[in-house]
Amino acid sequence: MQDALVAALEHWPRDGIPENPGAWLMTTARRKGIDRLRREARYRDKLAQLEEQPLAQSPAGGDERLELIFACCHPALPRESQIALTLRSVVGLTTAEIARAFVTPEATIAQRLVRAKRKIAEAGIPMRVPEADELPDRLTEILAVLYLMFNEGYVASAAPERRDLAEDARWLARLVMRLMPDEPEAIGLLALMTLQLARADARFSADGRLVLLEDQDRGLWDARGLAEGVALLERAGRMRRAGPYQVQAAIAACHAEARSWGETDWTQIVMLYEGLVRMTGSSVVRLNRAIALSHVAGAERALAEVDALSDELDRYHLYHATRGVLLRQLGRPDEARDADRRALSLTENPAERALLTERIGA
Amino acid sequence: MKYMLMFISDDSSWDPSKPEIQEAYTRIGQWFGEHTKSGKITGGEELKGTNTATTVRQRNGKITVTDGPFSESKESIGGYALVDVKDLDEAIAIAKTWPTLSAIEIRPLVEH
Repeated sequence: MQDALVAALEHWPRDGIPENPGAWLMTTARRKGIDRLRREARYRDKLAQLEEQPLAQSPAGGDERLELIFACCHPALPRESQIALTLRSVVGLTTAEIARAFVTPEATIAQRLVRAKRKIAEAGIPMRVPEADELPDRLTEILAVLYLMFNEGYVASAAPERRDLAEDARWLARLVMRLMPDEPEAIGLLALMTLQLARADARFSADGRLVLLEDQDRGLWDARGLAEGVALLERAGRMRRAGPYQVQAAIAACHAEARSWGETDWTQIVMLYEGLVRMTGSSVVRLNRAIALSHVAGAERALAEVDALSDELDRYHLYHATRGVLLRQLGRPDEARDADRRALSLTENPAERALLTERIGA
Repeated sequence: MKYMLMFISDDSSWDPSKPEIQEAYTRIGQWFGEHTKSGKITGGEELKGTNTATTVRQRNGKITVTDGPFSESKESIGGYALVDVKDLDEAIAIAKTWPTLSAIEIRPLVEH
């Protein structure tokens, strides 16, 4: 059983064509250096083919790719290995490509993969789709891995290798959705990724600087992508089992549907964040709710909410950056600058650092 | 595959004279009974507290014997069960049914 899994982990990247169109697409596209538009066209084309292809049946009667994803994202593996293993075995990236995407030495990724495969073999991690009673937790684990992978690519920078990582994550989310069509959160995650990627071109200026949502040229947003994201979200919504990814996608959809920053429906966004706070209890979500609240109830009330999070979020750069924005709105520039300096000391991301440095200097 | 489930708890709070611990013993007995009947548990014991532990350690060719468990943490291994199951998922599933609050470390056995 475990030998079969290790064999699958070895063979999938090599023999993955055409059952693994994402791998084929990503690697050949990169190798030939075709431009992004053409790559996207081919990506859509391969996705269409994926829709038509019959699924490969595993000996147990399930889909082998789904079993492989569950194995790669097994909770007994450390998070970074789950990501590397999924990219290697399901998407078919080479070790060098994964290393580039994560700005990590190739030897580190290689070692991570070796350790993960050893643990799979020796600890007896199976290649199977979990039973119904464990499925919700295990699916949550997969979606978390994919979203982390996506954010690593999407948030990080304008560098093409990183953007590809976000595309790979979206390809995986689509695969998971297709293999598990009755899971609204899987669809919600795909909707969220689709909506965010549709705005990707507006997120960086020509010289690679981060452009905030408020200042983005909405004409650069991909209308087709936004419409696709909204349609996916509606499809998930019809299943009437709400979850955090669907709510985050709904928030992204609110932004997508506003024709300008001024037309943003902040009341609805605050309500969606309320729901998300109830579902997740996360301090970071509370921080985001406070930002939305500042547009409805003003900076002073928002700052009070943000300050209440100081214990949990003191090491989080966006906590301090948010305080900086609110303090500046309240006409307290000295405190704002201190907050920005603190934020600067907590982030390595070059685009974020550039933005904070600019604010401190202003 | 064969695994050892190690039940980790804080034995200073494990007082057998308390009624809730008595009740826990009943449930643990049922747990062992159930999984032994299905053939998944092949062995297991409860260990006495860490105050009864002795550690024999070999360092630089010298053997020392000291009082106490191998690691001076609050938590220690209070007992174990040996299971023979299909894979790690099945071992995790059994561990999830363990009736008392504690951490459980799962380790595959080396099969010679």
